[in-house]
Amino acid sequence: MEWVLNALGLAKSAELLSLSPPGWGMNLLRGLSKSLQIAIGAFGFGLVIGLFGAYGKLYGGPVIRDLLAIYTTVVRAVPELVLILILYFVGTDLINQAAEALGYGRVEISGVAAGIWVLGVVQGAYSTEILRGAILAVPQGQIEAARAFGMPPVMLMRRVTIPAMMSFAIPGLANLWLIATKDTALLAVVGFSELTLETRQAASSTRAYFTFFLAAGALYLIVTLLSGVFFQRLERWARRGQPSIRGASR
Amino acid sequence: MMKLIRPFLLPHRLVLLGLFVALVIWCIFSLRWDWLPKYLPLAMQGLWRTIWLLVVSSVLGFLLAVPLGLAQAVGPWYLSAPARVFCTLIRGTPLLLQIWLLYYGLGSVFPQIDGIRDSALWPYLRQAWPYALLALTLSFAGYEGEVMRGAFSGVNRGQLEAAQSFGMPRFTIFRRVWLPQAVRNVLPTLGGETILQLKATPLVATITVVEIFAVSSRVRQDTFVIYEPLLLLALVYMVIAGIIALGFRWLESRVPTHRPGA
Repeated sequence: MEWVLNALGLAKSAELLSLSPPGWGMNLLRGLSKSLQIAIGAFGFGLVIGLFGAYGKLYGGPVIRDLLAIYTTVVRAVPELVLILILYFVGTDLINQAAEALGYGRVEISGVAAGIWVLGVVQGAYSTEILRGAILAVPQGQIEAARAFGMPPVMLMRRVTIPAMMSFAIPGLANLWLIATKDTALLAVVGFSELTLETRQAASSTRAYFTFFLAAGALYLIVTLLSGVFFQRLERWARRGQPSIRGASR
Repeated sequence: MMKLIRPFLLPHRLVLLGLFVALVIWCIFSLRWDWLPKYLPLAMQGLWRTIWLLVVSSVLGFLLAVPLGLAQAVGPWYLSAPARVFCTLIRGTPLLLQIWLLYYGLGSVFPQIDGIRDSALWPYLRQAWPYALLALTLSFAGYEGEVMRGAFSGVNRGQLEAAQSFGMPRFTIFRRVWLPQAVRNVLPTLGGETILQLKATPLVATITVVEIFAVSSRVRQDTFVIYEPLLLLALVYMVIAGIIALGFRWLESRVPTHRPGA
């Protein structure tokens, strides 16, 4: 193992990336775990917003529909970086005002929670559109049949709409999850120590820019590729029992 | 004209519009805008830089994306494999990381090369914007290469065979039949991708390129006014995104389509 690294001239890089203290490997992994926490939280929060948003857009009154249209349009037209700054300042301001009104002092907000809130609102707009499209793709007759059996709305959603729309929504949601993992890098700009910022700190204190940025790129790439495999399986599972779109020839 | 106005005359929309106008008026009068005249020239310069970066990187990126897409769609394995790897690498890592890799990584390697300080390129290599442009161009090329792959393989085979049977040379077929039809089919996607590219431009502010986002950050640091520059910035981006969307809609209306049902 060691002579391979020596032969390739990578001994120094391996030393820098090692997991024990002189190396910075542990910092990168810690950053990765924070990035993943934020990505998972934001994706989940975005899904919740998206589910309500999609139902509001499809079945809500005219005012709710217009407000949701404004929300999705604005969020999709303004750069994430700008939204992150606005939502970050608004979020901290609101929480601090609430804390002061309740008699506490200023509160320190955890980076992970702020990241989830900020990216979740952004993700919500995209997943609203994806889920709306997926719900529309469910044959209307299935929903009407469930209504005719007297299913209450929530049970209808849980038993009919969501399972039936899954196969339509998953490709879009897979894309959205990849955007979530990559958007966590933007939080570096506001100073959360997620993977990209940890990498930059390691790189600038050791001057080994290529080593660290390439290592971080590899970590992101591993996450991307693994999620690709996972979502492919999930899609196959969601499509179980459906006839193949590709036709009988395959 | 009536057709444009009518959707806004529904009662609930009138109320929403009224609320919106009230919000705008409140913003104008009760928020702080006194910093605006002082920073306006800088903001204009920043706006110009944002648009310049957007246009140049999109055009160059698209020119790169055409061979990338072609290689993936019909190329032999020794062309398609590297093209696919390039697209996967670009799409699988955050743009911010790519920008920092190019700027800090290449930027720290170049000065160590002998003779580069005396070369004609050095004045450019010292600045940040060439790295920003390179990163944005490569990113756009990576995403668009994937789009163009689908576009090239989506063109009807019969069209290409018809052109071949007319005895068109291969390059003429590509120029007259294959490329125009491929681009026509993905024009709506390209519009969306250009807006995504617009939303990627503020990232270059992190490597000291003074575009419109960097100007707003400077206002925030100088004057401690937090929300006003950000709101104005969001408005500016929305206007640019709207112009891009309208531009692509106009382009789409200019392109003749013979789709069934259209």
